[in-house]
Amino acid sequence: MDAVAQFLKDIPFDLILIQTVNGIVTGMILALVASGLTLIFGIMDVVNFAHGELFMLGAYVGVIVVATTGNFWLALVVSALTIAVLGAALQIVTLRPLIGRDPLNTILATFGISLILQNFALWEFGPVARRMPSPLTGHFILFYLDYPWYRLVVAALSAAIIGGFWLFLKYGKYGIWIRATTQDRVMAQAMGIPVPWVLTGVFALGAGMAAASGVLFAPLVGVDHTMGLDWVLKAFIVVVVGGMGSLGGSVVAAIFISLLEAYAAIWVNPSQAVIVSFVVLILTLLFRPTGLFATPK
Amino acid sequence: MSEPDTTALVSVTDLHTYYGKSHILDGVSLHVGHGEVAGNIRLEGRSITGVPPHRLAKMGIGYVPEDRRIFRLLTVMENLRTGLDREGVSDERKRALLDKVFTYFPRLAERRNQAGGTLSGGEQQMLAISRAMMLEPKIILLDEPTEGLMPRMVSQIREIIGVLHREGVAILLVEQNVPLTLAASRRVYIMEKGVVRHHCAASELDVNHAVIKQYLGV
Amino acid sequence: MTTRPLDKTMPLRKPVLSHTAKYWIGFAVVMALLIVAPLVLPVFWAKFLTEILIWGLLAMSSDILIGYTGMVSFGHSAFFGLGMYGAAAALLLVTPGNVWLAILFGLAGAAGAALFVAYFSTRLRDIYFAITTLIFSQIFYVIIFTWTKLTGGENGLLFTRPHLTFAWLYDARFTFTTLHWFVLAIVAGSYLILRRITQSPFGMVLQSIRENEARTRAIGFPVQRYKIVAVMLSGIFAGLAGVLYAVQNEFAAPNFVYFITSGDTVIFNVMGGIGTLVGPIVGAGFFQLLRELMSRLFGDQFPYLIPLGFIFIAMIIFLPQGLLGFARRWLNR
Repeated sequence: MDAVAQFLKDIPFDLILIQTVNGIVTGMILALVASGLTLIFGIMDVVNFAHGELFMLGAYVGVIVVATTGNFWLALVVSALTIAVLGAALQIVTLRPLIGRDPLNTILATFGISLILQNFALWEFGPVARRMPSPLTGHFILFYLDYPWYRLVVAALSAAIIGGFWLFLKYGKYGIWIRATTQDRVMAQAMGIPVPWVLTGVFALGAGMAAASGVLFAPLVGVDHTMGLDWVLKAFIVVVVGGMGSLGGSVVAAIFISLLEAYAAIWVNPSQAVIVSFVVLILTLLFRPTGLFATPK
Repeated sequence: MSEPDTTALVSVTDLHTYYGKSHILDGVSLHVGHGEVAGNIRLEGRSITGVPPHRLAKMGIGYVPEDRRIFRLLTVMENLRTGLDREGVSDERKRALLDKVFTYFPRLAERRNQAGGTLSGGEQQMLAISRAMMLEPKIILLDEPTEGLMPRMVSQIREIIGVLHREGVAILLVEQNVPLTLAASRRVYIMEKGVVRHHCAASELDVNHAVIKQYLGV
Repeated sequence: MTTRPLDKTMPLRKPVLSHTAKYWIGFAVVMALLIVAPLVLPVFWAKFLTEILIWGLLAMSSDILIGYTGMVSFGHSAFFGLGMYGAAAALLLVTPGNVWLAILFGLAGAAGAALFVAYFSTRLRDIYFAITTLIFSQIFYVIIFTWTKLTGGENGLLFTRPHLTFAWLYDARFTFTTLHWFVLAIVAGSYLILRRITQSPFGMVLQSIRENEARTRAIGFPVQRYKIVAVMLSGIFAGLAGVLYAVQNEFAAPNFVYFITSGDTVIFNVMGGIGTLVGPIVGAGFFQLLRELMSRLFGDQFPYLIPLGFIFIAMIIFLPQGLLGFARRWLNR
């Protein structure tokens, strides 16, 4: 009995609770990044390797806008719009010519885009990370920690963006267009839906979401040209585990994986905690290869 | 009238479709050689070759394909909305269109919030045709509407074609069901292996006519 | 289609040289040029050429999967990396370093990694396979990067180049010429082996999987097993490239295991022409030459990857069969 009591006393409940909150915060941002990715894949059958770079460029645009205007929320909007336009341009120039070809081509094309964007950022902004000041500086007391309000705001905003997007898909006129295009491109066109523009719009939306995640995340870490790489990898894991094309699946998987990683970080080095996501992936592949919530196609 | 091109791979000669006095499809003449796509299609005198499909829909061509192809995961209403949500259509007109369709097909009204994939074959056919009607098209391309339906449904298709007729929509019907085609059409073209073999007014033929027996072996 | 009667006045003529003869003559000419190269080229270019051969071997190994089996893999950085670290292990654990032992360890490491990756990823197809191999190569990266005690972590491992030894007959340091010949011999040998394999019944099955996997399975072939063997085959030769790289450069570093290396490999493949085996080598050369050219024209700091990225994308859109793609049938007969 004593051993059990001792064991229970040893479990760092306060750390676990703190990490739960951290896990949810990171999870929501990851969910936002992954939603854009799964959206683009589910609707356009395109694996967007450049997604992490759109995230990264979004963060840089945010840094610039904050530096010039001091307004974080303006930065969020401007960044999302700018990168959405960039996304649309990229889709029109490089992906439209590849429609109908083997999917390998789009994977390679987006990989090429990611190389260009990453190196552009390195060249333009240099290797030194930039900082973005947090828009909210208050803290509240979570156990013995001063926990920043901003982190909760980020989680809430991400949830709001994803939620808003889900509603748009379900009820709006354009949401119907997107869903019809996903199910039957030919008949969507037969109904007068301008499918090529729907695809461009979807890519732009995904890009905008990635950029928004970048801006939201920026105050928490330094902004540099490599920040996209780690995120895109994790986002891919989330998308595969959640089921490619499933918005709900990505959100659940993102939070689940982030929570597990946050807990693991209590005991091991954070750079090793990423192994958790790998293990989850391997287990998913073994037992449910199409993902936890794969959409029927 | 041009002669059928016997050396071509596909030859469609002089396809005319009328509704009343409107000459909708103007002399479709296609000569397609091996491996090439050629020819000219006109809508109300304007060439539409090469126009992307979503524009054609806006120009007034409705399409009801073989196997219906309704959007299975969208509800009946959402399916209709894909055609209804167009620019320049007032809310009243939209409501009028919906009412019209629901009057013709009360079963669709009952199931308006059900997913398209849960409807029966006949109901899906009704939905597919209604959906095309949402575009207020000048002409509807009906591709084998009785395919895969129970014989009992065939008379229902006959009624639906009558409905479209009353609405003033021209129809290009592709069918293998001879009695239905003869009863529903004004002019018929009999095609065999890509070649128009015979065309005349439907009234000139009946099911036992020699021409029918020759080409359709019925 | 009408048939014309055989024109009786058309002479029946056999080509002067059969295809096989033409092919081997071409091969011999290229080999001769490569053998002579270090003797006539300045040191920099000779070493450059050696390195192209090594990257070419890596790209060629990847062609087995991309070009012949129709599976795009981003996992090659893991196989390359394990070849590198395996060689490092052999050269650090056993002194004096033995180049053959390095090869053995490297191949074993790569084969192990390949088996592991193959087991999981071959369950999936197409895009999912590509993403999974990518993630697995990152798994290896993280392990190597963080297991500092074993792998030197971020700093990698340093060691000295072993001697070139042939049993008791020969033992001497590598000169850049003999190193070049050593690499050339291994790469050429690998090419010949891979060529033989792609033309064997096994290779034919791989190609039929590429063309129509469902039908291949329907005929009765255990497709997944073939895929696993294909991945292992590919991984082993990628590992061999890793060993050669380690021997040439005397270090093993984790950044080669990052998935960017896999991406580069795929770029070499696409640029050179998939399904040709030699194409990827040419693609590797083309890429490195462009890079060298740009750094000479615009300076060291110039982000050469930007214009290269544009060229790459333009090639995908306008020249998807790559530089040698037009010769694909000819090279495979």
